[in-house]
Amino acid sequence: MTEFALILISTVLVNNFVLVKFLGLCPFMGVSRKLETATGMGLATTFVLTLSSICSYLVNEYILLPLGLEYLRTIAFILVIAGVVQFTEMVVHKTSPILYQVLGIFLPLITTNCAVLGVALLNVQEQHGLLHSAVYGFGAAVGFSLVLTLFAAMRERITAADVPTAFQGAPIALITAGLMSLAFMGFSGLVRG
Amino acid sequence: MQFTPRNAPFLVGPNTVSALMRRVSLALVPGILAMFWYFGIGVLINLILAACAAMAFEALMLRLRGRPIAPAQGSGLNDGSALLTGLLLGLCLPPLAPWWIPVLGAFTALVLAKHLYGGLGFNPFNPAMIGYVVLLVSFPREMTQWLPVNDLLGQAPSLGDSLSWVFTGAQGLDAYTQATPLDHLKTELGLSRTVEEIISDPKFGGIGGTGWEWINLAYLLGGAYLIKSGDIDWRIPGGMLSGIAIMATLFVALDGDAYRGPAFHLFSGAAMLGAFFIATDPVSASTTPKGRIYYGLGIGVLVYLIRTWGGYPDGVAFAVLLMNIAAPTIDYYTQPRTFGEGDDLKGPGHD
Repeated sequence: MTEFALILISTVLVNNFVLVKFLGLCPFMGVSRKLETATGMGLATTFVLTLSSICSYLVNEYILLPLGLEYLRTIAFILVIAGVVQFTEMVVHKTSPILYQVLGIFLPLITTNCAVLGVALLNVQEQHGLLHSAVYGFGAAVGFSLVLTLFAAMRERITAADVPTAFQGAPIALITAGLMSLAFMGFSGLVRG
Repeated sequence: MQFTPRNAPFLVGPNTVSALMRRVSLALVPGILAMFWYFGIGVLINLILAACAAMAFEALMLRLRGRPIAPAQGSGLNDGSALLTGLLLGLCLPPLAPWWIPVLGAFTALVLAKHLYGGLGFNPFNPAMIGYVVLLVSFPREMTQWLPVNDLLGQAPSLGDSLSWVFTGAQGLDAYTQATPLDHLKTELGLSRTVEEIISDPKFGGIGGTGWEWINLAYLLGGAYLIKSGDIDWRIPGGMLSGIAIMATLFVALDGDAYRGPAFHLFSGAAMLGAFFIATDPVSASTTPKGRIYYGLGIGVLVYLIRTWGGYPDGVAFAVLLMNIAAPTIDYYTQPRTFGEGDDLKGPGHD
């Protein structure tokens, strides 16, 4: 139990995928203009990431390894992730048409969110078991959603600020992301390993 | 007779930005004096360098942005905010740090954290803390060389020695510097010694570290003045100090040998300076009454976490920046209910 709590703290805060490992930056910059969309995107990504880390573990353990097809790992994981995203898209479309409209192009873009593939590959590299993989994926997604939500609220506030013309829009957002990353360095050393 | 039309507001209160900044700077004086008493002339050199650099960068950025440098009204160099940022930064730096440390810190604080966001009133992060954290992350060696307090040093470095260390390089300074009490506690606990063994070291005074407890007390005094004058909301320092106290009480109750009690944590490091002067920055802090309590509590808890288990000796700067990130979200979810809406309708007149 303690082990899983530590994995969660580690993936959410100490080794945050966006601010410390710099994965998943495209949706981080792309969907953070409004708080509502950011929360929606966070939820969708959490769902996809947890499911895809379980699926990719199963695929790796029961298909790729027995057949000696490790060299197909990357492409197989991309396929698995695309399938899970398609599934999520159908679920969101059916259950919340408004969220579906709001997320628009970004929902299929979860496929190309490097954090999703990154988590799947890291799970294999670090030889996590099934439950471990699932918790790792879930933690990574919670960390992603957390900073995405906080970042979106900050950006809403910054749009009202008197930013010099040359820095308006993406530049000041990137500076803000950099300063957030700086603040997250305070967590370093909190969980060993 | 000539009639000159005037614009509203016609009744102007005495409370302006520059008056506020002046009162906050004034409230820092007891703390500055205590720091000067215990760490000598190096504190003043830091303050002067940081304050001058901060004013210079403020003037430079106002000029680059095409704003008046010292307008009669509105924000400019004469509102004192750059001076205050410089003072707060200078107080966080180790005495006798090389001269470029405060200058570089003032640069990141004023240019990066303040003016790129549009200057006074728009900065989402506390500028002084951005300056400090950039320095701490980039130059860990220079930033952790603290002098021990005078009582432990025997002979304080002279003015000439201090100046030559600051401006020409720190040869021989290593012989003077030591780990701060917080740093020492963490290292020794890592070697699995008990708290009681560790605090027999002369570094530790009655409550906090020797000297540090009086410095913190002096900041508490200044903070009390600011709360009384209504310049800061008690909720933020109250929340932050109770956050630290709650965590410390909890863990000392779990294992008294491995953790130190709330009194030590409240009167060590930058706890009081952070609670009354840094966390209360009106721009980067939360603005709703309930939000301010959460904001303060969050800082307190994070300070304790980073102090106790993190990689850095004190966590105030990181904790403040982390809660600055969270402040807009906290505000969003704690907006006060508009009077007459929601549950209020169930008042006595309605049932």
